[in-house]
Amino acid sequence: MTTKSTSTHMNDGPDYKPDYNMDIVKMFVIATSFWGVVGMAAGVFIALQMAFPVLNIEPYLTFGRLRPLHTSGVIFAFGGNALFATSYYVVQRTCRARLWNDGLARFTFWGYQAFIVMAALGYVLGVTQAKEYAEPEWYADLWLTVVWVAYLLVYMMTIIKRRESHLYVANWFYLAFIITVAVLHLGNNISLPVDIRYDKSYSVAAGVQSAMIQWWYGHNAVGFFLTAGFLGMMYYFVPKRAERPVYSYRLSIVHFWSLIFIYIWAGPHHLHYTALPDWAQTLGMAFSIMLWMPSWGGMINGMMTLSGAWHKLRKDPVLQFMIIALAFYGMSTFEGPLMSIRYVNALSHYTDWTIGHVHSGALGWVGFITFGALYYLVPRLWGRTEMYSLKLVSIHLWVATLGIVFYIAAMWVSGIMQGLMWRSYDEMGFLNYSFVETVVAMHPFYLIRATGGLLYLSGALIMVYNFYRTIKGDVRAGEVDKDGNPREAVNTSRKAAVQTAD
Amino acid sequence: MSDKKQEHDVEIDDVSGVETTGHEWDGLKELNNPLPRWWLWVFYVCILWSVWYFVVYPAWPVPGGATEGTAGYTQYKELQESQREIVARQAAYLDEFESASFDEIMNDPALYEFANAGGAAAFKDNCATCHGTGGAGAPGYPNLNDDDWLWGGTLSEIHQTLLHGVRAGNEDTHISQMPAFGKDGLLTTEQIEILVEYVLALQDGDASAVTEGHELFQQNCASCHGPDGKGSYEFGAPDLTDAIWLYGGTYEDVFYTIYNARAGVMPAWKARLDENTIRQLAVYVHQLGGGEE
Repeated sequence: MTTKSTSTHMNDGPDYKPDYNMDIVKMFVIATSFWGVVGMAAGVFIALQMAFPVLNIEPYLTFGRLRPLHTSGVIFAFGGNALFATSYYVVQRTCRARLWNDGLARFTFWGYQAFIVMAALGYVLGVTQAKEYAEPEWYADLWLTVVWVAYLLVYMMTIIKRRESHLYVANWFYLAFIITVAVLHLGNNISLPVDIRYDKSYSVAAGVQSAMIQWWYGHNAVGFFLTAGFLGMMYYFVPKRAERPVYSYRLSIVHFWSLIFIYIWAGPHHLHYTALPDWAQTLGMAFSIMLWMPSWGGMINGMMTLSGAWHKLRKDPVLQFMIIALAFYGMSTFEGPLMSIRYVNALSHYTDWTIGHVHSGALGWVGFITFGALYYLVPRLWGRTEMYSLKLVSIHLWVATLGIVFYIAAMWVSGIMQGLMWRSYDEMGFLNYSFVETVVAMHPFYLIRATGGLLYLSGALIMVYNFYRTIKGDVRAGEVDKDGNPREAVNTSRKAAVQTAD
Repeated sequence: MSDKKQEHDVEIDDVSGVETTGHEWDGLKELNNPLPRWWLWVFYVCILWSVWYFVVYPAWPVPGGATEGTAGYTQYKELQESQREIVARQAAYLDEFESASFDEIMNDPALYEFANAGGAAAFKDNCATCHGTGGAGAPGYPNLNDDDWLWGGTLSEIHQTLLHGVRAGNEDTHISQMPAFGKDGLLTTEQIEILVEYVLALQDGDASAVTEGHELFQQNCASCHGPDGKGSYEFGAPDLTDAIWLYGGTYEDVFYTIYNARAGVMPAWKARLDENTIRQLAVYVHQLGGGEE
């Protein structure tokens, strides 16, 4: 596919392939897998704590301390490492340039892992600035700033010394993610430590101003970390795996800029019916509605990339992961604008519906597109032709999909039920249910949710095992490749026996 | 497409018959498909709808405030609107309820039903945390389903307790303090042990046998709990003969109570709930178990 290129404006020929830095990508892939299992296991545990409060072990392992451990674990540790891994892979290959500065790249790895450990230890010990998805205190925030600037430098410098005249669309998204997350992080963490020797700090903004900044941050953490970043991933790995051109260059430009421009306004919809002035709520809601199509642009471009290659979807579970991811992406980016509507939000806010919405995006979109990318990457990084077993990939796919369906269906029912119970009143005008009665009613759905989470975690463990065997160099017996061609079984543990037989 | 060299690279994709943009990265190409029309139109409609919404609702900050919108919307008006029905349903009874005495409420089936419905709703949100959803109580929190009252079980007594609470730090609150006989050295451990035996015998109805305990009880306990141990509403002193225990009735529980004393607190609801709700609660609690006439 590369032979037609006649670009000769660089010093090197069009077919020149630099010595890419794949070691750093491998490190981030391993970290992604490790933190994925940790973060998801924490999620299953706190889901069980919701169902069985006796599992709250004071003081370190209570829901209040483990919940940020779960959210940071899956968003920043699992998702963040996945973004590092894939962005470093994609930027090198689409720029045909080795990643700039090996030392600094390695620093971003160890620095980021150090941030995760710092944050996690803080949560368990009760250190938090009580801002959702921005819980780490000032010292961890400062450290992350240093690491993030290094990340931006490595990424930008690699782009600057690229050998391609144009910048591939995946890089726009990755760059938007890196820059905006830096801005959000700095904006939402302006605080004064009580003492330089002490972990506690106070936010400079207070009251509703603080809340508005927090949800400007919180919503755009979703928009630029979990959407833009992973769209970058999608734009490389979907066309790669499908071996098809991206559907529409024009759509990618228009939906990129409209997404970037509109997303940043939508935060106030998290503060409907609060002390936030009506006008700010209106803006947040209207921009959320306008965000619908820009979000869907990514889904259309990803799905339509398969036009002419839909048959590949039948046999290839890795591609199935990516396409189901796009379906969940489309579903949650429709549900989001819907829930931002005042009238709907009056019912959905503060209920499990929100939790279900987040998880259809997190498990379905972020998780699945990451799994797809990792299944593509691992064999290539370790010099294998394909995963140890595509059958296991397929099992992972269906176990995880079932888990998501359990999870989000339970949360829809539980959330809408709770919302309706809260507003239900009798013929004399008195509320029919107290808060605790709504909690009792949700118990069965908490159990279903925990089961869904457990299934999803099991899928991730299957993946890790599959990675291990792939890296080891094994091929499971009876496997076919993604095009349906039979593969020869390899078991490196039994090498001697195999040689004798030959 | 102004770059001539790139134009030269443009090729036709075999599968779709669509032009590529002529660029290639790591084997990736892009088709030059136009924006899907439906996508573009839905996007336009969303933008137009938003513009309309900006006109109708408060939307844009301007010096000295924000645009107010043509609909005159505020979230406070919406709150009133959504509560209109619930307020109307209550209002059908409230006027009468407000001016009715407890006697009148008890004798008017409609008002009585209204009071119970309101009391039940308020109970679950305010009282159930300590007294349990069904009012069955918990150690330290009285069971409201029985006819054993600490500060009186008539409607007006329950109403007083609800208004001002128990040891709630206001002028009208119920207040009393059982001495910590052991901790403060008023009695020896041996004496307390004898008293425990006596108190446990009281509930079994054969206390007279424990003569030494009888003496100690009359000297130390009878002033509040009464010479026969039947308690007193004046001091909120529990009846010790009815086998109902606020803090548990085992030997260890009773010993702990006499040694360290107990002094539970109930909040005053006067400042938290409106008078109608408190009166509804009084009626509800009164009918739960054994309300007194």
